[in-house]
Amino acid sequence: MNFANLFNNYGEAVAMILFGIGFSNLLLQKNLIKKIIGLNIMDTAMYLFLALKGYVAGRKAPIVTNGVQSVEAYINPIPSGLVLTGIVVSVSVSALMLALTIRLYRRYHTLDLDEISTRLKKEGL
Amino acid sequence: MAFVQNLPFISIILSLFSGPLSSILGGKKAKWVNAGVITVIGGMSALVLSYVVSTGEEYVYRMGHFPAPWGNEIRVGVLEAVMALFFCIIMLLCILGGIRERENEIEDTKQNLYYIMVDLLLCSLLALIYTNDLFTAYVFVEINTISACGLIMIRQNGRTLEAATRYMIMSLLGSGLLMLGICFLYDLTGHLLMSNIKEQVALLRTSGGYHIPLLVSVVLMSVGLAIKSALFPFHSWLPDAYGYSTVSSAAILSSLVSKGYIFLLVKIFYRVIGFDMVRDSKVINVLFVFGIVGMIMGSVSAIRESSIRRMIAYSSVAQIGYIYMGFGLGTTEGMVASLYHVISHAATKALLFVAASGLTDTAADSTDFKDLTGAGYRNKLAGVAFTVGALSMVGIPMFSGFISKLLFAQASVGVDSMKRMLPTLIALAISTILNAVYFMKTVIRLYTPVRRVKRDGIVFTQVKMKENRAKSFALVCFIALNLFLGLFSEPIVMLIRNGLEMFA
Repeated sequence: MNFANLFNNYGEAVAMILFGIGFSNLLLQKNLIKKIIGLNIMDTAMYLFLALKGYVAGRKAPIVTNGVQSVEAYINPIPSGLVLTGIVVSVSVSALMLALTIRLYRRYHTLDLDEISTRLKKEGL
Repeated sequence: MAFVQNLPFISIILSLFSGPLSSILGGKKAKWVNAGVITVIGGMSALVLSYVVSTGEEYVYRMGHFPAPWGNEIRVGVLEAVMALFFCIIMLLCILGGIRERENEIEDTKQNLYYIMVDLLLCSLLALIYTNDLFTAYVFVEINTISACGLIMIRQNGRTLEAATRYMIMSLLGSGLLMLGICFLYDLTGHLLMSNIKEQVALLRTSGGYHIPLLVSVVLMSVGLAIKSALFPFHSWLPDAYGYSTVSSAAILSSLVSKGYIFLLVKIFYRVIGFDMVRDSKVINVLFVFGIVGMIMGSVSAIRESSIRRMIAYSSVAQIGYIYMGFGLGTTEGMVASLYHVISHAATKALLFVAASGLTDTAADSTDFKDLTGAGYRNKLAGVAFTVGALSMVGIPMFSGFISKLLFAQASVGVDSMKRMLPTLIALAISTILNAVYFMKTVIRLYTPVRRVKRDGIVFTQVKMKENRAKSFALVCFIALNLFLGLFSEPIVMLIRNGLEMFA
């Protein structure tokens, strides 16, 4: 195995590690708030990955300044656009999850999803 | 450019804007706007379908007339138009079938919010069907998830809140993986439009470069969409979400939301990666195995349930298993069978949910089987409708479920290797027997006469057809749709086959 690429592209490697951390937190944590934090880490890791893919070393953000219109001067703007769209999606999803968490907390006074499930079974609704 | 070509775009925009419009209307008006919008979009989809069938070729609609690698595109072929039309019909019937339940179970001030969710759901489903751009598909997948979550939690009790939370968590895991897969693919090919990606993937295949990243991206997208459509090991959220939400929501969720994701997966297989590549990648083998396990395990869980709603919900797990098994066969015939089953299951499962709510009306909304003994006599139409749905699920000729089982069996015989044919046929046989066990058990219970009029304080009442005209109308239409799919399946199978040819 050649690990040199892993070190050269350390940014992507970090993004994937962060994605794994976020994913496993969202899946495995019992606490709802920690789950939401996991969700945000996962999404942010993806933005890091996308931003790295759009970046070209030594070039600038794609905003025309001083009349320079050459393509060579700027980075690829599409991943940045994707990141922005992704942030909008992730904000709305986090807001929805937090709203659900508040509802559940007001009703059951706990953030533990498994605990809520056992209480629901006892209620027998 | 013919005017008809604009209609897919207009239908997406119409449903998108009717959502905000509903937010300023009262509950009653929002209901009419919603029903009107779905009907109009259904009509437009029918026009689009007839146009695409008459010209015999797909067309691409460029948003804002920006040329290919930059602009966003809508692509319309026969399959897309068929799906849009069916989704509209089924959604309208689901909405009609649960009017009274919604009025009782949702707070008066929140009635119009329900229709916002339905409008947005329809919009996202249409966009998922028509779009030719992967990232747009991702955004609408998220809109779909959020509005589906709203549909679950609008009936406010502890169960639905918990179900909505679990649904969101599983869905977010799925969309995270889908997004990562799309990012990988964008990174490898530099495009987001499906047709452009496909060209680049074909080039990569011939040159043999980036084999593993391509494989990883296919796996990520398949697993992500499989989680979202509740393939067997990821179905834990499903019974609660379908079992406790209001009846229209349960019907829409089981028959449309999961099908939207499945259709997107088909699109990714055919239009983005290319089905040959998917077949060689062995991803479908995994889907095949989990599909077969899901067919059996879903039915086993359904047998053990004591609530009719949760039983129908678990039956969905089994049916989703059928669809993925069809993908796993790796042939066009298998895909045709799966897509037919998407339509047939959508029609049947919505029928079952609405009929079950008609039956539980007779026992003060108790979903326990013990309270439903003899319910078929107390609400005659719902009893007949449930029986039709049950027979269709088991696969009795004349009903739609029979045709999909037949197509699956034919497709499995057409597969070269015995390794796939035998498990498919055996699983089909076992699953049919298990289906028969729990559905016929229910039907027999529905038609077992009882003398007593109450049990544990629940009073059994007679429900007549006239009392709830909307639900009766929906049930009659569902029965007719089911018989239509069962008796005149040939043209629909032809349409699906044409559509798949246009896909490739």
